[in-house]
Amino acid sequence: MVEHFDLSLVDWSRAQFALTALYHWIFVPLTLGLAFIIAIMETIYYKTGDSQWKKITKFWMTLFGINFAIGVATGIILEFEFGTNWSNYSWFVGDIFGAPLAVEGIMAFFMESTFIAVMFFGWNKVSKRFHLVSTWLVAIGSNLSGLWILVANGWMQNPIGMKFNPDTARNEMMNFWDILFSPTAVNKFLHTLSSSYTLAAVFVLGISAWYLLKKTNIAFAKKSIIIAAVFGLTSSLYTVLTGDNSAREIVRNQPMKFAAIEGLYDGSAGAGLVAFGVMTESPNGKHKNMKDFNFKIEIPNMLSYMAYLDGKAFVPGINDIINGFTDNDGIVHPSVNEKIAIGQKAIAALRTFKIAKKAGDLTLAEQAQKDLEANFKYFGYGYFNDPYDTVPPISMSFYSFHTMVGLGMWFILLFILSLVYIYKNQIATKKWFLRAAIWSIPLAYIASECGWIVAEMGRQPWVIQDLMPTLTAVSNIDAISVKITFFLFLFVFTGLLIAELKIMLKQIKNGPNHGGK
Amino acid sequence: MSNNQIRSKNLFRVIWQFYLEGFKNQKEWSRQVWLVILIKLFILFFVMKLFFFPNFLKSKYNNDQERSEYVIDQLTNPKNQ
Repeated sequence: MVEHFDLSLVDWSRAQFALTALYHWIFVPLTLGLAFIIAIMETIYYKTGDSQWKKITKFWMTLFGINFAIGVATGIILEFEFGTNWSNYSWFVGDIFGAPLAVEGIMAFFMESTFIAVMFFGWNKVSKRFHLVSTWLVAIGSNLSGLWILVANGWMQNPIGMKFNPDTARNEMMNFWDILFSPTAVNKFLHTLSSSYTLAAVFVLGISAWYLLKKTNIAFAKKSIIIAAVFGLTSSLYTVLTGDNSAREIVRNQPMKFAAIEGLYDGSAGAGLVAFGVMTESPNGKHKNMKDFNFKIEIPNMLSYMAYLDGKAFVPGINDIINGFTDNDGIVHPSVNEKIAIGQKAIAALRTFKIAKKAGDLTLAEQAQKDLEANFKYFGYGYFNDPYDTVPPISMSFYSFHTMVGLGMWFILLFILSLVYIYKNQIATKKWFLRAAIWSIPLAYIASECGWIVAEMGRQPWVIQDLMPTLTAVSNIDAISVKITFFLFLFVFTGLLIAELKIMLKQIKNGPNHGGK
Repeated sequence: MSNNQIRSKNLFRVIWQFYLEGFKNQKEWSRQVWLVILIKLFILFFVMKLFFFPNFLKSKYNNDQERSEYVIDQLTNPKNQ
């Protein structure tokens, strides 16, 4: 059936969504993390009454404000795209996607919009306590907004708590709590948040390092570094923990994604983790997405341990998943060819159901509905002919994952070194370290974006795991209009990014003593 | 006018004054940022949404039944894509 789809339209719609999501994600993590860093700084000011901490809080609040304002509403574009480019998907997900997003919208509006005004306009107008509470509520509110988006995304990766209604072609929510507390959503939320805190900590550390290099605002910079390093170290260690939990969750619910991010073709008991690897362009002849390793360094048994907390456990590779395998719990997973056959039965049952309903043949409709329910689990596989079409882009998944993890390790070292040099009172003299801290700012953004690439590319070809392939999710529109808006977005977002950087860099150059002119 | 009405009127006035003074005493960066926000919202809602991003199903079909029939047709007969 793949041949029936306009792949140019699918590719351009995907490119546009990726572009807007990646641009949106430039602004979001800093907002999520910096809000808490500011709240901690203001708490110290509230407790000590030291005006230096008020100055520090106000400076970082200015940068928070710039980032928040430039980033605000960039996410709305994604909702425009759902309605225009992804109408089949939007309809199919029903209220499961709509409900969390609606809660997010209301929450964002009331919590952030109200208390952010107190945060910026309220100095010396409201009590110190009320101002502090407002700052904390902005931090909590912005993070809770993220919860709902990530719950919706978690459902796409692991669709549970719903039932498909063949009359309306929509999935209906059966259990809100199952969706909210699905392990995928919980891990995704915690991992995304903790990694965003890490990014914000690197941001504060890097800018403070710049002041130390310039030998200006020394006391301000050192105090900021202490907060950033402690907050960043805690967050980055927690990111490792949540990433580890995610790995165990992914290997069970999305084994193909797990195999792809490791470039694991043939599974084995006691599988090794690729610490470093280079992939070659020469595929093994099975599919364009399949790439072989030119060179790799493995840590023996580590992948098995990561996946099942057992160094000898069997981890399925791409070929095992294609051909079918039995997992460590004794569950038999059918081959992709079998899943394709089941999916085709489900699609045929939905077709029969609709025809029978129109013809008034309720007996046939009832039987078709039963067939659909029995085979719905693999509904999306029915659109594929070649099992290898269900393999995600291996090299992109592999490199994004390893870049993210490698940079995450570097940030942990960076925070530890910051604390050591602060403790030894040597930080201002360690120029190589200060330069490294500044260069770590763009690296933190690269790591954060790589995280999303792993999550979204690794789950291809699915827009909803096993139920809806990306190619069936798109609207039947002209690919040219998608191309035009792609470049329009590129132009507008790049302009916004330049504007943010210019305004922000000016404030950084002005420094905390300038009073945030 | 009851005491409650006077109190709520005063509260409204205080909030209004709070926002008014806040906007009046904005820093330079804040004014620049507001300008960027207004330009962005104009482009988003009055250019992109209006001319490039109609809701596909809402603009083509009148009710949910027609929309669901269309989507089922798309899902079960992909050659119609």
